[in-house]
Amino acid sequence: MKVVENKSLHTNYCLLKLKSDQALPPMLPGQFVQVRVENSPATLLRRPISIHYIDRDKNELWLLVRKVGNATRAMAKYQPGETLNLLLPLGNGFTIPSVTAHKQNFLLIGGGVGIAPLLFLGARLKAENLEPNFLLGARTKDELLQLDEFQKFGTVYTTTEDGSQGEKGFVIHHSILKNLRSDYIYACGPEPMMRAVARYAASALISCEVSLENTMACGIGACLCCVENTHEGNVCVCTEGPVFNIDKLKWLS
Amino acid sequence: MAELKVNIGKLLLKNPVTTASGTFGYGTEYSDFIPVERLGGIFVKGTTIEPREGNPYPRMAETSAGMLNAVGLQNKGADYFIQAIYPKIKDLDTNIIVNVNGSSIDSYVACAEKMAALELIPAIELNISCPNVKEGGMLFGVTARGTAEVVRAVRKIYPKVLIVKLSPNVTDITEIARAAEAEGADSVSLINTLLGMAIDVHKRKPVLSTLTGGLSGPCVKPVALRMVWQTYKAVKIPIIGLGGISNWQDAVEFLLAGATAIQIGTSNFIDPAVSLKVIDGIQSYCDEFGFKTVSELTGALEITI
Repeated sequence: MKVVENKSLHTNYCLLKLKSDQALPPMLPGQFVQVRVENSPATLLRRPISIHYIDRDKNELWLLVRKVGNATRAMAKYQPGETLNLLLPLGNGFTIPSVTAHKQNFLLIGGGVGIAPLLFLGARLKAENLEPNFLLGARTKDELLQLDEFQKFGTVYTTTEDGSQGEKGFVIHHSILKNLRSDYIYACGPEPMMRAVARYAASALISCEVSLENTMACGIGACLCCVENTHEGNVCVCTEGPVFNIDKLKWLS
Repeated sequence: MAELKVNIGKLLLKNPVTTASGTFGYGTEYSDFIPVERLGGIFVKGTTIEPREGNPYPRMAETSAGMLNAVGLQNKGADYFIQAIYPKIKDLDTNIIVNVNGSSIDSYVACAEKMAALELIPAIELNISCPNVKEGGMLFGVTARGTAEVVRAVRKIYPKVLIVKLSPNVTDITEIARAAEAEGADSVSLINTLLGMAIDVHKRKPVLSTLTGGLSGPCVKPVALRMVWQTYKAVKIPIIGLGGISNWQDAVEFLLAGATAIQIGTSNFIDPAVSLKVIDGIQSYCDEFGFKTVSELTGALEITI
Protein backbone atom coordinates (compact mmCIF):
# COMPACT_ATOMS: atom_id res chain seq x y z
CA MET A 1 0.00 0.00 0.00
CA LYS A 2 1.12 3.52 -0.71
CA VAL A 3 1.95 5.95 2.10
CA VAL A 4 -0.16 9.10 1.69
CA GLU A 5 0.75 10.76 4.96
CA ASN A 6 3.28 10.29 7.75
CA LYS A 7 2.39 12.54 10.64
CA SER A 8 4.61 12.80 13.68
CA LEU A 9 2.35 12.91 16.75
CA HIS A 10 5.11 12.90 19.35
CA THR A 11 8.83 12.09 19.49
CA ASN A 12 7.91 8.45 19.97
CA TYR A 13 4.81 8.11 17.81
CA CYS A 14 3.75 8.56 14.22
CA LEU A 15 0.54 8.13 12.29
CA LEU A 16 0.90 6.44 8.90
CA LYS A 17 -1.97 6.79 6.46
CA LEU A 18 -1.86 4.22 3.67
CA LYS A 19 -3.92 3.96 0.53
CA SER A 20 -4.57 1.03 -1.76
CA ASP A 21 -5.29 1.03 -5.50
CA GLN A 22 -7.90 -1.64 -4.91
CA ALA A 23 -10.85 -1.37 -2.55
CA LEU A 24 -9.77 -2.43 0.92
CA PRO A 25 -11.22 -5.80 1.98
CA PRO A 26 -13.70 -6.01 4.86
CA MET A 27 -11.86 -5.47 8.13
CA LEU A 28 -12.86 -5.68 11.77
CA PRO A 29 -11.76 -3.49 14.67
CA GLY A 30 -9.10 -5.39 16.60
CA GLN A 31 -7.60 -7.00 13.51
CA PHE A 32 -4.01 -6.27 12.58
CA VAL A 33 -1.63 -6.14 9.64
CA GLN A 34 1.84 -7.67 9.28
CA VAL A 35 4.25 -5.04 7.98
CA ARG A 36 7.37 -5.96 6.06
CA VAL A 37 9.93 -3.36 7.05
CA GLU A 38 12.05 -3.28 3.93
CA ASN A 39 14.05 -0.21 4.93
CA SER A 40 15.49 -1.90 8.02
CA PRO A 41 18.21 -4.45 7.16
CA ALA A 42 18.36 -5.57 10.80
CA THR A 43 14.70 -6.60 10.68
CA LEU A 44 13.94 -10.06 9.35
CA LEU A 45 10.39 -10.76 10.43
CA ARG A 46 7.28 -8.75 9.70
CA ARG A 47 5.87 -6.61 12.49
CA PRO A 48 2.26 -6.92 13.65
CA ILE A 49 0.55 -3.52 13.91
CA SER A 50 -3.06 -2.88 14.94
CA ILE A 51 -5.42 -1.28 12.49
CA HIS A 52 -5.96 2.19 13.95
CA TYR A 53 -8.71 3.33 11.64
CA ILE A 54 -10.23 2.64 8.23
CA ASP A 55 -11.42 5.60 6.20
CA ARG A 56 -13.69 3.92 3.66
CA ASP A 57 -14.41 7.16 1.80
CA LYS A 58 -10.73 7.69 1.07
CA ASN A 59 -9.89 3.93 0.96
CA GLU A 60 -7.28 4.60 3.65
CA LEU A 61 -5.86 2.43 6.38
CA TRP A 62 -4.25 4.14 9.37
CA LEU A 63 -1.50 2.73 11.55
CA LEU A 64 -0.44 4.28 14.84
CA VAL A 65 3.21 3.35 15.32
CA ARG A 66 5.18 3.65 18.54
CA LYS A 67 8.90 3.78 17.90
CA VAL A 68 10.28 1.07 20.18
CA GLY A 69 12.96 -0.72 18.19
CA ASN A 70 14.79 -0.80 14.87
CA ALA A 71 11.76 -1.96 12.92
CA THR A 72 9.24 0.58 14.20
CA ARG A 73 11.79 3.41 13.98
CA ALA A 74 12.39 2.47 10.34
CA MET A 75 8.65 2.25 9.72
CA ALA A 76 8.30 5.80 10.99
CA LYS A 77 10.67 6.97 8.23
CA TYR A 78 8.38 5.98 5.35
CA GLN A 79 7.48 9.02 3.28
CA PRO A 80 4.43 9.81 1.15
CA GLY A 81 4.69 8.01 -2.19
CA GLU A 82 6.65 5.05 -0.81
CA THR A 83 5.01 1.66 -0.61
CA LEU A 84 4.66 -0.64 2.36
CA ASN A 85 4.12 -4.39 1.95
CA LEU A 86 1.33 -5.58 4.27
CA LEU A 87 -0.47 -8.84 4.95
CA LEU A 88 -4.05 -8.05 5.94
CA PRO A 89 -6.45 -8.33 7.58
CA LEU A 90 -5.23 -10.77 10.23
CA GLY A 91 -6.72 -12.00 13.49
CA ASN A 92 -10.25 -12.12 14.84
CA GLY A 93 -11.33 -8.64 16.04
CA PHE A 94 -13.49 -7.39 18.90
CA THR A 95 -17.04 -8.67 19.31
CA ILE A 96 -19.54 -6.11 18.08
CA PRO A 97 -22.69 -6.45 20.19
CA SER A 98 -26.04 -6.80 18.47
CA VAL A 99 -28.35 -3.83 18.06
CA THR A 100 -30.30 -4.99 21.11
CA ALA A 101 -27.39 -3.62 23.11
CA HIS A 102 -28.82 -0.10 22.88
CA LYS A 103 -28.72 1.95 26.04
CA GLN A 104 -25.91 -0.21 27.32
CA ASN A 105 -22.60 1.32 28.22
CA PHE A 106 -19.42 0.52 26.35
CA LEU A 107 -16.09 1.43 27.84
CA LEU A 108 -13.00 1.26 25.65
CA ILE A 109 -9.83 1.36 27.76
CA GLY A 110 -6.48 2.00 26.15
CA GLY A 111 -2.97 2.57 27.46
CA GLY A 112 -0.01 3.88 25.49
CA VAL A 113 0.00 2.65 21.89
CA GLY A 114 -2.80 0.27 22.93
CA ILE A 115 -5.25 3.03 22.11
CA ALA A 116 -4.66 2.22 18.43
CA PRO A 117 -7.44 -0.33 17.70
CA LEU A 118 -9.93 1.52 19.91
CA LEU A 119 -10.44 4.35 17.42
CA PHE A 120 -11.57 1.89 14.74
CA LEU A 121 -13.68 0.05 17.33
CA GLY A 122 -15.26 3.28 18.57
CA ALA A 123 -16.11 4.29 15.00
CA ARG A 124 -17.75 0.91 14.38
CA LEU A 125 -19.78 1.07 17.60
CA LYS A 126 -20.91 4.59 16.74
CA ALA A 127 -21.90 3.40 13.26
CA GLU A 128 -24.09 0.79 14.98
CA ASN A 129 -25.78 3.67 16.88
CA LEU A 130 -24.09 2.65 20.09
CA GLU A 131 -22.35 5.17 22.31
CA PRO A 132 -18.86 4.27 23.35
CA ASN A 133 -16.92 5.93 26.16
CA PHE A 134 -13.17 6.03 25.92
CA LEU A 135 -10.77 5.87 28.85
CA LEU A 136 -7.27 6.57 27.57
CA GLY A 137 -4.10 6.62 29.61
CA ALA A 138 -0.58 7.81 28.93
CA ARG A 139 2.52 8.84 30.83
CA THR A 140 2.13 12.54 30.09
CA LYS A 141 -0.22 14.94 28.33
CA ASP A 142 2.00 14.90 25.21
CA GLU A 143 1.50 11.18 24.81
CA LEU A 144 -2.30 11.34 24.86
CA LEU A 145 -2.76 11.02 21.12
CA GLN A 146 -5.57 11.45 18.62
CA LEU A 147 -7.99 12.81 21.24
CA ASP A 148 -9.85 14.89 18.64
CA GLU A 149 -10.38 11.75 16.56
CA PHE A 150 -11.70 9.78 19.53
CA GLN A 151 -14.05 12.63 20.46
CA LYS A 152 -15.86 12.20 17.12
CA PHE A 153 -17.20 8.87 18.31
CA GLY A 154 -17.82 9.24 22.05
CA THR A 155 -16.92 10.82 25.36
CA VAL A 156 -13.21 10.69 26.19
CA TYR A 157 -11.85 10.32 29.72
CA THR A 158 -8.12 10.46 30.32
CA THR A 159 -5.44 9.71 32.86
CA THR A 160 -1.77 10.63 32.90
CA GLU A 161 0.86 9.28 35.23
CA ASP A 162 2.14 12.79 36.00
CA GLY A 163 -1.30 14.37 36.23
CA SER A 164 -0.60 16.78 33.35
CA GLN A 165 -4.00 16.01 31.83
CA GLY A 166 -7.08 14.19 33.10
CA GLU A 167 -6.96 12.29 36.34
CA LYS A 168 -3.54 11.48 37.76
CA GLY A 169 -2.53 7.83 37.84
CA PHE A 170 -3.32 4.74 35.77
CA VAL A 171 -6.52 4.09 33.85
CA ILE A 172 -7.57 1.51 36.42
CA HIS A 173 -7.76 4.28 39.08
CA HIS A 174 -10.05 6.59 37.05
CA SER A 175 -13.23 7.63 38.84
CA ILE A 176 -15.39 6.63 35.87
CA LEU A 177 -14.86 3.01 36.84
CA LYS A 178 -16.71 3.76 40.09
CA ASN A 179 -19.20 6.29 38.78
CA LEU A 180 -20.38 4.79 35.53
CA ARG A 181 -21.68 1.27 35.23
CA SER A 182 -20.40 -0.30 32.01
CA ASP A 183 -21.87 -3.36 30.34
CA TYR A 184 -18.98 -4.07 28.01
CA ILE A 185 -15.29 -3.31 28.43
CA TYR A 186 -12.72 -3.55 25.66
CA ALA A 187 -9.08 -3.06 26.62
CA CYS A 188 -5.77 -2.81 24.84
CA GLY A 189 -2.47 -1.74 26.33
CA PRO A 190 0.44 -3.02 28.41
CA GLU A 191 -0.28 -6.44 29.88
CA PRO A 192 -0.24 -5.30 33.54
CA MET A 193 -2.88 -2.70 32.63
CA MET A 194 -5.03 -5.27 30.84
CA ARG A 195 -4.71 -7.70 33.75
CA ALA A 196 -5.85 -4.98 36.16
CA VAL A 197 -8.79 -4.16 33.89
CA ALA A 198 -9.64 -7.87 33.64
CA ARG A 199 -9.69 -8.20 37.43
CA TYR A 200 -11.91 -5.14 37.72
CA ALA A 201 -14.30 -6.38 35.03
CA ALA A 202 -14.48 -9.87 36.50
CA SER A 203 -15.23 -8.59 40.00
CA ALA A 204 -17.89 -6.22 38.63
CA LEU A 205 -19.33 -8.97 36.39
CA ILE A 206 -18.75 -6.93 33.23
CA SER A 207 -18.13 -8.67 29.91
CA CYS A 208 -14.54 -7.87 28.94
CA GLU A 209 -12.33 -8.42 25.92
CA VAL A 210 -8.61 -7.69 25.75
CA SER A 211 -6.21 -7.56 22.81
CA LEU A 212 -2.90 -9.39 23.33
CA GLU A 213 0.40 -8.65 21.66
CA ASN A 214 2.44 -11.84 22.12
CA THR A 215 5.60 -11.89 20.00
CA MET A 216 4.76 -13.25 16.56
CA ALA A 217 6.63 -14.62 13.59
CA CYS A 218 4.22 -15.63 10.79
CA GLY A 219 0.97 -13.93 11.87
CA ILE A 220 -1.17 -16.55 10.12
CA GLY A 221 -1.20 -19.52 12.49
CA ALA A 222 1.59 -21.52 10.88
CA CYS A 223 4.57 -21.22 13.23
CA LEU A 224 2.84 -21.52 16.63
CA CYS A 225 5.24 -19.02 18.22
CA CYS A 226 2.76 -16.49 19.66
CA VAL A 227 0.68 -18.88 21.75
CA GLU A 228 -1.26 -17.87 24.84
CA ASN A 229 -1.98 -20.52 27.45
CA THR A 230 -5.79 -20.46 27.69
CA HIS A 231 -8.39 -22.75 29.23
CA GLU A 232 -8.38 -24.48 25.84
CA GLY A 233 -4.61 -25.02 25.86
CA ASN A 234 -1.98 -23.12 23.89
CA VAL A 235 -3.68 -21.16 21.11
CA CYS A 236 -2.24 -18.82 18.49
CA VAL A 237 -2.79 -15.17 19.35
CA CYS A 238 -2.49 -14.32 15.64
CA THR A 239 -5.45 -16.44 14.52
CA GLU A 240 -7.54 -17.24 17.64
CA GLY A 241 -6.86 -13.69 18.86
CA PRO A 242 -5.48 -11.13 19.23
CA VAL A 243 -8.78 -10.37 20.98
CA PHE A 244 -9.82 -12.72 23.78
CA ASN A 245 -12.69 -12.64 26.22
CA ILE A 246 -11.07 -12.68 29.66
CA ASP A 247 -13.09 -15.80 30.52
CA LYS A 248 -10.94 -17.72 28.04
CA LEU A 249 -7.64 -16.62 29.58
CA LYS A 250 -5.94 -17.97 32.66
CA TRP A 251 -5.33 -14.47 34.00
CA LEU A 252 -7.91 -14.64 36.76
CA SER A 253 -7.09 -18.05 38.19
CA MET B 1 11.63 -24.93 -20.91
CA ALA B 2 13.78 -27.07 -18.65
CA GLU B 3 12.13 -30.02 -16.93
CA LEU B 4 11.72 -29.30 -13.23
CA LYS B 5 10.52 -32.73 -12.10
CA VAL B 6 12.74 -34.54 -9.62
CA ASN B 7 12.57 -37.87 -7.84
CA ILE B 8 13.16 -38.54 -4.17
CA GLY B 9 13.29 -42.32 -4.33
CA LYS B 10 9.91 -43.36 -5.73
CA LEU B 11 8.43 -39.99 -4.91
CA LEU B 12 7.97 -37.71 -7.89
CA LEU B 13 7.98 -33.95 -7.23
CA LYS B 14 6.71 -31.60 -9.94
CA ASN B 15 9.57 -29.29 -9.02
CA PRO B 16 12.31 -29.33 -6.37
CA VAL B 17 10.76 -26.65 -4.18
CA THR B 18 8.96 -27.70 -1.02
CA THR B 19 8.10 -26.00 2.28
CA ALA B 20 9.71 -26.99 5.56
CA SER B 21 7.86 -28.56 8.46
CA GLY B 22 6.81 -26.15 11.18
CA THR B 23 6.89 -23.13 8.89
CA PHE B 24 3.93 -23.82 6.65
CA GLY B 25 1.31 -25.27 9.03
CA TYR B 26 -0.76 -27.79 7.09
CA GLY B 27 -0.64 -25.78 3.89
CA THR B 28 -4.16 -24.44 4.40
CA GLU B 29 -2.78 -21.48 6.37
CA TYR B 30 -1.09 -20.29 3.18
CA SER B 31 -3.74 -21.19 0.61
CA ASP B 32 -5.35 -17.75 1.03
CA PHE B 33 -2.10 -16.20 -0.18
CA ILE B 34 -0.72 -18.57 -2.82
CA PRO B 35 -1.77 -21.54 -4.97
CA VAL B 36 0.01 -24.17 -2.85
CA GLU B 37 -0.56 -26.75 -5.60
CA ARG B 38 2.37 -25.25 -7.46
CA LEU B 39 4.79 -26.57 -4.83
CA GLY B 40 6.75 -29.77 -5.27
CA GLY B 41 5.60 -30.76 -1.82
CA ILE B 42 4.51 -29.57 1.60
CA PHE B 43 6.19 -30.96 4.72
CA VAL B 44 3.41 -30.45 7.25
CA LYS B 45 3.71 -29.64 10.93
CA GLY B 46 5.54 -32.14 13.17
CA THR B 47 3.16 -34.85 14.35
CA THR B 48 3.42 -37.16 17.36
CA ILE B 49 1.33 -40.17 18.32
CA GLU B 50 -0.09 -38.34 21.37
CA PRO B 51 -1.17 -34.69 21.48
CA ARG B 52 1.49 -32.25 22.72
CA GLU B 53 0.96 -28.79 24.20
CA GLY B 54 4.47 -27.72 23.26
CA ASN B 55 6.63 -25.41 25.34
CA PRO B 56 5.43 -22.37 27.32
CA TYR B 57 5.48 -18.88 25.81
CA PRO B 58 7.82 -17.11 24.96
CA ARG B 59 8.83 -19.41 22.14
CA MET B 60 10.45 -17.07 19.66
CA ALA B 61 13.25 -14.54 19.51
CA GLU B 62 14.34 -12.64 16.45
CA THR B 63 18.12 -12.58 16.01
CA SER B 64 20.46 -11.10 13.40
CA ALA B 65 19.27 -12.47 10.06
CA GLY B 66 17.44 -15.25 11.82
CA MET B 67 15.14 -16.37 14.56
CA LEU B 68 15.17 -18.79 17.46
CA ASN B 69 12.14 -20.94 18.11
CA ALA B 70 11.21 -23.28 20.91
CA VAL B 71 7.73 -24.38 19.87
CA GLY B 72 8.34 -27.93 21.10
CA LEU B 73 6.24 -29.89 18.62
CA GLN B 74 2.84 -28.55 19.64
CA ASN B 75 0.32 -30.68 17.78
CA LYS B 76 -2.97 -32.45 18.44
CA GLY B 77 -1.65 -35.94 17.79
CA ALA B 78 -1.75 -38.45 14.94
CA ASP B 79 -5.42 -39.36 15.35
CA TYR B 80 -6.52 -35.74 15.21
CA PHE B 81 -4.39 -35.27 12.11
CA ILE B 82 -6.04 -38.27 10.47
CA GLN B 83 -9.59 -37.23 11.37
CA ALA B 84 -9.52 -33.45 11.12
CA ILE B 85 -6.60 -32.38 8.92
CA TYR B 86 -6.00 -35.16 6.43
CA PRO B 87 -9.48 -34.93 4.81
CA LYS B 88 -8.89 -31.23 4.14
CA ILE B 89 -5.48 -31.56 2.52
CA LYS B 90 -5.34 -35.03 0.98
CA ASP B 91 -6.69 -33.93 -2.38
CA LEU B 92 -4.31 -31.03 -2.85
CA ASP B 93 -2.42 -31.54 -6.09
CA THR B 94 0.98 -31.66 -4.42
CA ASN B 95 2.86 -34.12 -2.21
CA ILE B 96 1.82 -33.92 1.43
CA ILE B 97 4.62 -35.29 3.57
CA VAL B 98 4.13 -35.71 7.30
CA ASN B 99 6.96 -34.87 9.68
CA VAL B 100 6.89 -37.76 12.18
CA ASN B 101 8.22 -37.32 15.72
CA GLY B 102 8.51 -39.45 18.79
CA SER B 103 10.05 -39.72 22.22
CA SER B 104 10.91 -43.42 21.95
CA ILE B 105 11.38 -45.91 19.14
CA ASP B 106 7.92 -47.30 19.84
CA SER B 107 6.28 -43.89 19.54
CA TYR B 108 8.05 -43.15 16.24
CA VAL B 109 6.93 -46.53 14.92
CA ALA B 110 3.36 -46.07 16.10
CA CYS B 111 3.08 -42.66 14.43
CA ALA B 112 4.73 -43.88 11.20
CA GLU B 113 2.36 -46.86 11.05
CA LYS B 114 -0.64 -44.56 11.24
CA MET B 115 0.74 -42.41 8.43
CA ALA B 116 1.51 -45.49 6.32
CA ALA B 117 -2.20 -46.28 6.31
CA LEU B 118 -3.08 -42.93 4.72
CA GLU B 119 -3.34 -43.50 0.98
CA LEU B 120 -2.54 -39.95 -0.05
CA ILE B 121 0.48 -39.43 2.18
CA PRO B 122 3.26 -40.77 -0.09
CA ALA B 123 6.16 -40.13 2.27
CA ILE B 124 7.15 -39.25 5.81
CA GLU B 125 10.00 -37.20 7.14
CA LEU B 126 11.38 -38.82 10.27
CA ASN B 127 12.38 -36.00 12.57
CA ILE B 128 15.25 -37.24 14.71
CA SER B 129 16.59 -33.75 15.15
CA CYS B 130 14.12 -31.52 16.99
CA PRO B 131 16.20 -29.52 19.49
CA ASN B 132 13.18 -28.36 21.49
CA VAL B 133 11.92 -31.47 23.24
CA LYS B 134 13.67 -32.94 26.24
CA GLU B 135 12.94 -36.60 25.64
CA GLY B 136 13.73 -38.39 22.37
CA GLY B 137 13.86 -36.08 19.39
CA MET B 138 17.41 -34.95 18.91
CA LEU B 139 18.66 -37.68 21.26
CA PHE B 140 18.39 -40.21 18.43
CA GLY B 141 19.74 -37.91 15.77
CA VAL B 142 23.04 -37.02 17.44
CA THR B 143 24.58 -40.48 17.26
CA ALA B 144 24.96 -42.85 14.35
CA ARG B 145 23.82 -45.72 16.56
CA GLY B 146 20.65 -43.92 17.71
CA THR B 147 19.88 -42.94 14.12
CA ALA B 148 20.37 -46.50 12.93
CA GLU B 149 18.06 -47.89 15.62
CA VAL B 150 15.14 -45.61 14.93
CA VAL B 151 15.47 -45.72 11.13
CA ARG B 152 15.69 -49.53 11.18
CA ALA B 153 12.56 -49.82 13.32
CA VAL B 154 10.55 -47.42 11.19
CA ARG B 155 11.81 -48.88 7.91
CA LYS B 156 10.44 -52.29 8.94
CA ILE B 157 6.89 -51.02 9.09
CA TYR B 158 6.93 -48.11 6.64
CA PRO B 159 6.92 -49.20 2.99
CA LYS B 160 6.60 -45.78 1.35
CA VAL B 161 9.22 -43.09 0.91
CA LEU B 162 11.17 -42.53 4.11
CA ILE B 163 13.07 -39.27 4.49
CA VAL B 164 15.21 -38.75 7.60
CA LYS B 165 15.71 -35.20 8.86
CA LEU B 166 19.17 -34.62 10.28
CA SER B 167 20.46 -32.39 13.03
CA PRO B 168 23.37 -30.04 12.47
CA ASN B 169 24.19 -30.21 16.18
CA VAL B 170 26.69 -33.03 15.66
CA THR B 171 30.42 -33.37 15.09
CA ASP B 172 30.12 -35.12 11.72
CA ILE B 173 26.78 -35.07 9.95
CA THR B 174 28.00 -37.47 7.25
CA GLU B 175 28.26 -40.30 9.80
CA ILE B 176 24.63 -39.80 10.70
CA ALA B 177 23.58 -39.61 7.05
CA ARG B 178 25.45 -42.86 6.30
CA ALA B 179 23.75 -44.57 9.21
CA ALA B 180 20.33 -43.53 7.88
CA GLU B 181 21.24 -44.68 4.37
CA ALA B 182 22.55 -48.03 5.62
CA GLU B 183 19.23 -48.72 7.37
CA GLY B 184 17.22 -48.12 4.24
CA ALA B 185 16.26 -44.44 4.31
CA ASP B 186 15.22 -43.24 0.85
CA SER B 187 16.50 -39.72 1.44
CA VAL B 188 17.92 -37.39 4.05
CA SER B 189 16.81 -33.81 4.62
CA LEU B 190 19.18 -31.36 6.24
CA ILE B 191 19.57 -29.26 8.24
CA ASN B 192 17.18 -28.92 11.16
CA THR B 193 17.76 -25.86 13.36
CA LEU B 194 21.01 -25.06 15.12
CA LEU B 195 20.85 -24.89 18.90
CA GLY B 196 21.12 -21.28 20.03
CA MET B 197 20.25 -18.81 22.78
CA ALA B 198 19.19 -15.20 23.30
CA ILE B 199 19.34 -13.14 26.50
CA ASP B 200 17.24 -10.13 27.50
CA VAL B 201 19.82 -7.74 28.96
CA HIS B 202 17.22 -5.61 30.75
CA LYS B 203 15.70 -8.54 32.61
CA ARG B 204 19.00 -10.47 32.67
CA LYS B 205 17.02 -13.57 31.72
CA PRO B 206 16.89 -15.88 28.69
CA VAL B 207 14.33 -14.74 26.11
CA LEU B 208 12.96 -18.24 25.52
CA SER B 209 11.04 -20.15 28.19
CA THR B 210 13.21 -23.17 27.36
CA LEU B 211 16.46 -21.16 27.69
CA THR B 212 17.75 -22.47 24.35
CA GLY B 213 16.03 -22.91 21.00
CA GLY B 214 16.51 -23.69 17.33
CA LEU B 215 18.12 -21.10 15.10
CA SER B 216 16.86 -20.71 11.53
CA GLY B 217 16.77 -18.11 8.78
CA PRO B 218 19.35 -16.63 6.40
CA CYS B 219 22.08 -16.69 9.08
CA VAL B 220 22.28 -20.50 9.04
CA LYS B 221 22.54 -20.88 5.25
CA PRO B 222 26.34 -21.18 4.92
CA VAL B 223 26.43 -23.87 7.60
CA ALA B 224 23.57 -25.78 5.97
CA LEU B 225 25.13 -25.51 2.53
CA ARG B 226 28.45 -26.86 3.78
CA MET B 227 26.70 -29.80 5.42
CA VAL B 228 24.72 -30.61 2.26
CA TRP B 229 27.94 -30.56 0.24
CA GLN B 230 29.72 -32.85 2.72
CA THR B 231 26.77 -35.22 2.86
CA TYR B 232 26.48 -35.34 -0.94
CA LYS B 233 29.97 -36.77 -1.08
CA ALA B 234 29.13 -39.32 1.63
CA VAL B 235 25.84 -40.91 0.54
CA LYS B 236 24.13 -42.06 -2.66
CA ILE B 237 20.53 -41.38 -1.65
CA PRO B 238 18.99 -38.05 -2.67
CA ILE B 239 19.38 -35.08 -0.35
CA ILE B 240 16.73 -32.50 0.42
CA GLY B 241 18.57 -29.31 1.39
CA LEU B 242 17.26 -26.65 3.72
CA GLY B 243 18.51 -23.92 6.00
CA GLY B 244 18.03 -20.23 5.37
CA ILE B 245 16.89 -20.38 1.75
CA SER B 246 15.21 -17.08 0.95
CA ASN B 247 15.51 -16.71 -2.84
CA TRP B 248 16.20 -18.72 -5.99
CA GLN B 249 19.94 -18.08 -5.86
CA ASP B 250 20.09 -19.71 -2.43
CA ALA B 251 18.11 -22.66 -3.77
CA VAL B 252 20.42 -23.10 -6.75
CA GLU B 253 23.41 -23.05 -4.39
CA PHE B 254 21.92 -25.99 -2.49
CA LEU B 255 21.26 -27.89 -5.73
CA LEU B 256 24.83 -27.29 -6.93
CA ALA B 257 26.14 -28.46 -3.55
CA GLY B 258 24.32 -31.74 -4.03
CA ALA B 259 20.66 -31.36 -3.08
CA THR B 260 18.01 -32.93 -5.33
CA ALA B 261 15.24 -30.84 -3.79
CA ILE B 262 15.04 -28.04 -1.28
CA GLN B 263 12.77 -26.85 1.51
CA ILE B 264 11.93 -23.26 2.33
CA GLY B 265 11.28 -22.52 5.98
CA THR B 266 11.60 -19.26 7.86
CA SER B 267 11.32 -17.17 4.69
CA ASN B 268 7.67 -18.20 4.35
CA PHE B 269 7.00 -15.95 7.36
CA ILE B 270 8.44 -12.94 5.60
CA ASP B 271 7.00 -13.54 2.15
CA PRO B 272 4.24 -16.15 1.84
CA ALA B 273 4.90 -16.26 -1.93
CA VAL B 274 8.67 -16.82 -1.67
CA SER B 275 8.46 -20.50 -2.66
CA LEU B 276 6.71 -19.64 -5.94
CA LYS B 277 9.33 -17.01 -6.73
CA VAL B 278 12.03 -19.63 -6.10
CA ILE B 279 10.34 -22.06 -8.53
CA ASP B 280 10.22 -19.36 -11.21
CA GLY B 281 13.82 -18.36 -10.53
CA ILE B 282 15.11 -21.92 -10.84
CA GLN B 283 13.20 -22.32 -14.10
CA SER B 284 14.74 -19.15 -15.57
CA TYR B 285 18.20 -20.14 -14.38
CA CYS B 286 17.98 -23.57 -16.04
CA ASP B 287 16.65 -22.07 -19.26
CA GLU B 288 19.25 -19.32 -19.35
CA PHE B 289 22.19 -21.66 -18.82
CA GLY B 290 20.89 -24.45 -21.03
CA PHE B 291 20.14 -27.11 -18.44
CA LYS B 292 17.50 -29.44 -19.89
CA THR B 293 16.48 -30.78 -16.49
CA VAL B 294 16.86 -29.31 -13.04
CA SER B 295 18.40 -32.56 -11.83
CA GLU B 296 21.49 -31.77 -13.90
CA LEU B 297 22.21 -29.09 -11.31
CA THR B 298 22.47 -31.56 -8.46
CA GLY B 299 26.10 -31.70 -7.40
CA ALA B 300 27.18 -29.74 -10.47
CA LEU B 301 29.49 -27.63 -8.36
CA GLU B 302 32.78 -27.17 -10.18
CA ILE B 303 35.84 -27.25 -7.97
CA THR B 304 39.19 -26.34 -9.43
CA ILE B 305 42.17 -25.94 -7.21
